[in-house]
Formats: sequence, structure tokens, C-alpha cells
Amino acid sequence: MSSDLLALLLSRIQFAFTVSFHIIFPAFTIGLAAWLAFLEALSLATGRPVYRRLFDFWLRIFAVAFGLGVVSGIVMAFEFGTNWSELSRRTGPVQGPLLLYETFTAFALEASFFGVLLFARARVPRWFYLFACVMVALGTTLSAFWIMINNSWMQAPTGTHLAADGTFVPDDWTAIIFSPVVWVRFPHMLFAAYVTTAFCVAATGAWYILQSRDRAEARTMMRMGLWIAAVMVPVQLLFGHLNGEYVVHRQPSKMAAIEARWHDEKPASEVLLAWPDVANRRNLFAITLPAPFGSLIDSDSLSAGEVGLDSIPPENWPPVVIPFFAFRIMVGCGLVMLFLAWVGSWLALDDRLETRRWLLWATFLSFPLGFIATLTGWFTAEVGRQPWAVYGVLRTAQATTPFLTPRDVALTLVVFGAIYALIFAAGILYIYRLLRQGPLPTLAQVPGTNPKRPLAAGGPDSPDTIALGSTHS
Amino acid sequence: MNLFLVNFWAAVLALGLLLYVVLDGFDLGVGILFGFTRDEAARRRMLSAISPVWDGNETWLIIGGTVLWAAFPIAYALIVSAFYLPICLMLAALILRGVAFEFRQKAGARTRLVWDIGFVGGSVVAAFVQGVAVGALVRGLAVGSDGRFAGSGALDWVSPFALLCGVGLCLGDALLGASWLVLKSDGLPRERSYRAIPWLLAGVLIFLSFAFVVALRMDLQVMHRWIERPWLAAFPLIGLFAVIAIISGIRRRRDAWPFAGAAVIFLAAFATLAASFLPYIVPFSLTISQATAPPSSLAFIFWGGGIVVLPLTLIYTIAVYAIFKGKVSPSAEYH
Repeated sequence: MSSDLLALLLSRIQFAFTVSFHIIFPAFTIGLAAWLAFLEALSLATGRPVYRRLFDFWLRIFAVAFGLGVVSGIVMAFEFGTNWSELSRRTGPVQGPLLLYETFTAFALEASFFGVLLFARARVPRWFYLFACVMVALGTTLSAFWIMINNSWMQAPTGTHLAADGTFVPDDWTAIIFSPVVWVRFPHMLFAAYVTTAFCVAATGAWYILQSRDRAEARTMMRMGLWIAAVMVPVQLLFGHLNGEYVVHRQPSKMAAIEARWHDEKPASEVLLAWPDVANRRNLFAITLPAPFGSLIDSDSLSAGEVGLDSIPPENWPPVVIPFFAFRIMVGCGLVMLFLAWVGSWLALDDRLETRRWLLWATFLSFPLGFIATLTGWFTAEVGRQPWAVYGVLRTAQATTPFLTPRDVALTLVVFGAIYALIFAAGILYIYRLLRQGPLPTLAQVPGTNPKRPLAAGGPDSPDTIALGSTHS
Repeated sequence: MNLFLVNFWAAVLALGLLLYVVLDGFDLGVGILFGFTRDEAARRRMLSAISPVWDGNETWLIIGGTVLWAAFPIAYALIVSAFYLPICLMLAALILRGVAFEFRQKAGARTRLVWDIGFVGGSVVAAFVQGVAVGALVRGLAVGSDGRFAGSGALDWVSPFALLCGVGLCLGDALLGASWLVLKSDGLPRERSYRAIPWLLAGVLIFLSFAFVVALRMDLQVMHRWIERPWLAAFPLIGLFAVIAIISGIRRRRDAWPFAGAAVIFLAAFATLAASFLPYIVPFSLTISQATAPPSSLAFIFWGGGIVVLPLTLIYTIAVYAIFKGKVSPSAEYH
């Protein structure tokens, strides 16, 4: 491998590593923010204390995850420039403004109203507190919105033209923001976050039931988590399917790789599982549904022709194996979650949920499924877009910083790897301690922390509110 | 309209960078000084003095970064890639410092040491690297005619002058940090800071005058500017008044004067730099107007980000400082 190619590969690994690490936390906090707003609304409407205790409990977990999302997000703001200087130079007029709006809205809504959530419960009217919860949820959602617009533009560029110097010049922001691709991918990300959170909540409930503790909270968490998931997983599957439709039309190479379809077929069959043998353009150990299942799944048609990799020049192929398996792992997680959510909700209807220990264990162990599905979904979308950074226009190999050597990138990759491993371990340990500690019985205590120090929230040993209150002026 | 937009975003960029350098400067400085005390009570009081504001301060770095990319993409691509190693190092340092800050109170005595090392090390590295970047920019980057980096690799920024600027910013941030501690604390941290300020101030002044002379000799263009426009000397003069204010603040024990003076020194140094190099965004090779995004990009970010969110963010920043004004009382140790 030449030095340039090695540097490119290491840059890709570094970006994949840092962005995958980062997405775990927003995937959780987007859902948690909505869940907190929902709990606060329920608490306000019904006055039942269990909702308030759950709110306080999940707010502490939200604070830790939010903090890790913020620190890992700072890296992303600069990594476009450090490792992808050609991309940031050429797409800067489009991506720069979109990410500026992401940063600005995130700061304006999340940071300021998050402060209200964390330390101003006693100082503001209840309706305003609920309003602040909704604003935080809106802020995390808007963050995802801008990110999805940006990424969708990279997947299916629109509303821009190429200038003579190779830069993308925006002509029509409406076309960029209201691209149909955005409006299937943004809901898909949003529901991914909701479902991920719903399963974390349900899994925590199941864990407590298995330990016979915090009965009321555990029951509420498991039921609400599973019910929300029972409604949302099917919606998510539908949006996943709609994503497939844009991929068929706009990114035929990605679709062919996802399906490991080597030859044009009309109507097409559907490979369920196989080992794609790229060198010989065939599938080993394939389990295949006959035609027209492939056309039916990809194009909602009994007779549509589907493109095979044969009709695409090999230099434009993505690495087939990664999108193929990532997609199947994502769908598999989705189907397991659908099964658990529906069976659990069914059993909950006549109160048999707590007696089925296998289901409690299965739900408890299901907490990583949403995260795995989110990550593999992103692997499918991003690796499937290769070899393009901006699909069909700018190759990833041309997007990188030209003068970086493998030694430069290897060095930073090791540094980021070590630091992320350290903070991830500490953050997870901390969240685990909060979960093990469980909801606190006291209602009087506002979970004290400082608005600007989200990571310090939580635990009975953080009397930050005292610090705040006694800062004399 | 477009000229207005270019100037508007150049001003926002300058404001963002200045706010970042002064605001994060003092909390990085407290992080550096943190390493010079072993006393846990003093350490906690030092942290209490910056805990409410430090990550709001850091936000200005992100705002600066995204404004640079959105409004001046050619400069962003050039500068951020040319400083590949320093920027990655700074990001790693800021992460380690940010979480260390928060995790140390959750840790036992032994693991606390790990986070403390991260806190001090992260503060020193971040300040040093930022100084190095300024020094390397002043010295000039190798830029091709197409606006791309034309240097020989990721170590191009290394020079004695740039490294000296790294040390200089560590001293400057430590001066801001010590002045902030005087302003925000009582007792031992305040006394110690009062004793440290004269030394730090002397170090900063020696560094600044040395750097100024070197910069004048290094590049004739800068020299010509200063000869052509002698009124530029007003900026260093303002800095000199600030030095006097700090010294008399120390003598009369006026707790607010050293910080105000140190901030004005930073402002004067910033203005001196700007006056020496404007309209260049990368000295003598890339001007602001050469680096700008197309009008459609500048207009798009102006109507939402520029005139709505940015003022809100400024108001919010002022509000946070207003809430936390005054000294952090000893009983207010949040740890």
C-alpha cells in the first residue's frame, strides 16, 4: 500500500472511530430529552409522584451522556479541516453554514434551557419548567436535523453547482433543506434515537424487576418503554424502507452492495444471508428468496429490474462486505426489538409481564440493541456511500488532506483512541453507578448541579445547588 | 451587501477569537496554576472559581471554528490542516481537561491523581499549542497560489519563534488565571495569586516585547506598516497603561484591577496583531476577501445565525457571568 493510501485509510479509520463514538451519545440524548419532556408532561397532568421520581432519575443520566456528547462533538467540528481539508475547502460553502446552524442552535437551546432543567426547578413556574424540557428536546432534535441535512446533501447533492475552482456553490437553500432525502433520513435518525432510549428505559425497568426493587418505577419504565417501542419500531421499519427507495434511485452502487447483487436482475431475487465473494463476484453459502422478492423489497414492484454491481465500474464500488452485513445486523436488531416490544406489550395488557422471567431477562439484555442498530445503520449509509465523499461528485480519496503522512495520522489515532477509551470507561462506570443507585425517594431535592457542568450532575454527593445559592454577589 | 456580510463575519470571527482567548485563557491559566499547589482545599477553591463558566468559555472556540469554516472555508481548510498535529493535540488536551474537571470529584484519592494530571497537562498543552499556532501564523504559512497549504508537511509550523509564542501564551494565560483568582477568591489562593502576578507580568512583558521586535525584523512588510502608520503605537501604549493598572492594583489590593488589566493587555496584543496583518487572514498570503464563501452562504448564515442566535448567545454569556459575579465564598466549595 502506498503511503498516500495508508494515510487515507488511517484518516478514514480515525473519522469513523471518533464519529461512531460521538453518535452513541446523541442517539441516547435525543431520545432521553423527549422522554424527559414526556415524563414532565405526565407528571404535570396526573400529579403522580412516580413520574417525578423517574424524571429526576433519568435527568442525572441525561446529564452524563450529554456531557460526553458535547466533548466528543468538539472534535468533529475540527476534524473536517484536519483530515479532510479538500472536502472542507470544496464543500465548505454548503457544509460550513449547515454545521454553523447546528452549533448555534445547539448552544442557544440546549445549553441555556438545560441550565433551567438542572438547577432552576424551584425557581420557575411548573409550566415554564415543562417548556424548558420541551426546548431542550427541540434543541437536540434540531441538532440532528441540521446534521441530517448536511449528511443527506453528501449522500444526494442538490441545490448547488460546481464552480470553476471545484467548490460547491449553494444556489438554493430551500432545495438543500427540503430535499426529499432529508425527510426520510431525518425521521429515520429521530426514531432510531427514540427506540434506542425506549429500550434503555425498558431494560432498566426489567433489571429492577429481576432484582425485586423499586417496584413502581420499574413497572412504569418497563411498560412505557415497551409500549413506546411497540408503536415506534414499526414506524421506524417503514422509514427504513423509504430510505431504501431513495437509495435505489440515487445510489444504485450502495443498493447493489447492501443486497450483494452482482448481476442485473429483472425481476430480482433477494439474498437473505451469504458471504459475498468480491473477487469472484458471487455469493457463497447464500440463502436466497426467489424473484420477485428482491424487486418487491427494493422497488415495491413485482417486475422491476434491479441494478447489479456488474453494471457499475469496480472503481465505483463500495466495500461490499461492510454495508451487506451492517445492514443485516441493523435489520436483525430491529426485528428482535419489534418482537420484544409486541410480546411485552401484549403480556402487559393483562398483567402477565412480571411473571415471564425469560422476557424480563431478554428485555434487560436488549439495552445495547438500539445502539448497535444505530451504529450499523450509519455504517451502511456511510460505507455504502464510498468511494464517494459527496456521492457521484467528489471522491473520498480526493477529499483528504493531501500532505498527511501515515505517521502523522497514526500518532493522532493512538492519542484519540487512548483518551476516548479512558473517558468512555469512566463515563460508562458513572452511568452504571447511577443506574445501580436507582431513583431517589426524596422529592424535595432538586437534582443539583451546575448548568455549565453537566458531567458533575447526579449522585447524592453533588451539592452544587448549595454552591450556586451561596455565591454572594 | 456582500461587502457588508464579509466584514460582518470577519468581525464576528475576531470577536469570537478574542472572547475565546481571554475567557478560556483565564480558566486554562487556573488549570496551569493548579499544578503549583498540592493543597486539596486550595485546589477546590481554584476549581470553584471557574467551574460555572469554563465550558461556556470553550464554546467560543467552537463558534470561532464553525464561523471560520462557514464564512471563510478556504482559510479554514488551509489553517486547520496546516496545523494538523497542534490542533489534534489541543482537542485531545481539551477533552482530557474537560472531563478531568468533572470526574475528579467522583474519583477516589488514587484515581483523582490521574484526572488532576489530565487537568493540569491538558491546560498546559492547550495554552501552549494555541500560542504556537499564533506564532506560526505570524511567521507565515507556505501557501500556494490556489490558496492551499504548500508546506512540506505536518511539522512545518515548528520554529523557535512559534515555540516561544507557546511559552508566552502559557505565561499570559497564567497571568489571566492568577488575576481571576484574585478577583474570585479569598484567603490563601488570593494571597498566592497576588504574589505570583508580578512575576507572571514580568514574564509576559519580556515575551511580548521580544516577540514584537522579532516580528518586526522577521518581516519587512510589518515594519513598513508601523513606519507608515505610527498611530498604531496606540495599541501597545494602551497595553502599557494596563500594566500600570495591574501594578497599582497589587499595591492597593484592588481585586478587580489585575484581571481588568490583564484582559486589556490581551486586547491590546490582539489589536496589535490585527493592525499588523489586516486585511490578511493568513499573514501576507491569504486575504479575508480571498478566503470568503460565496454570497449565498454568507447571506444564509446572516439571517438566522448572525442576527438572531449570536446576540442571544452574547446575552446568555453576560447573564451567566452576572449570576456568578462576586467572590466564591469558602463555604461554596461545590466539591
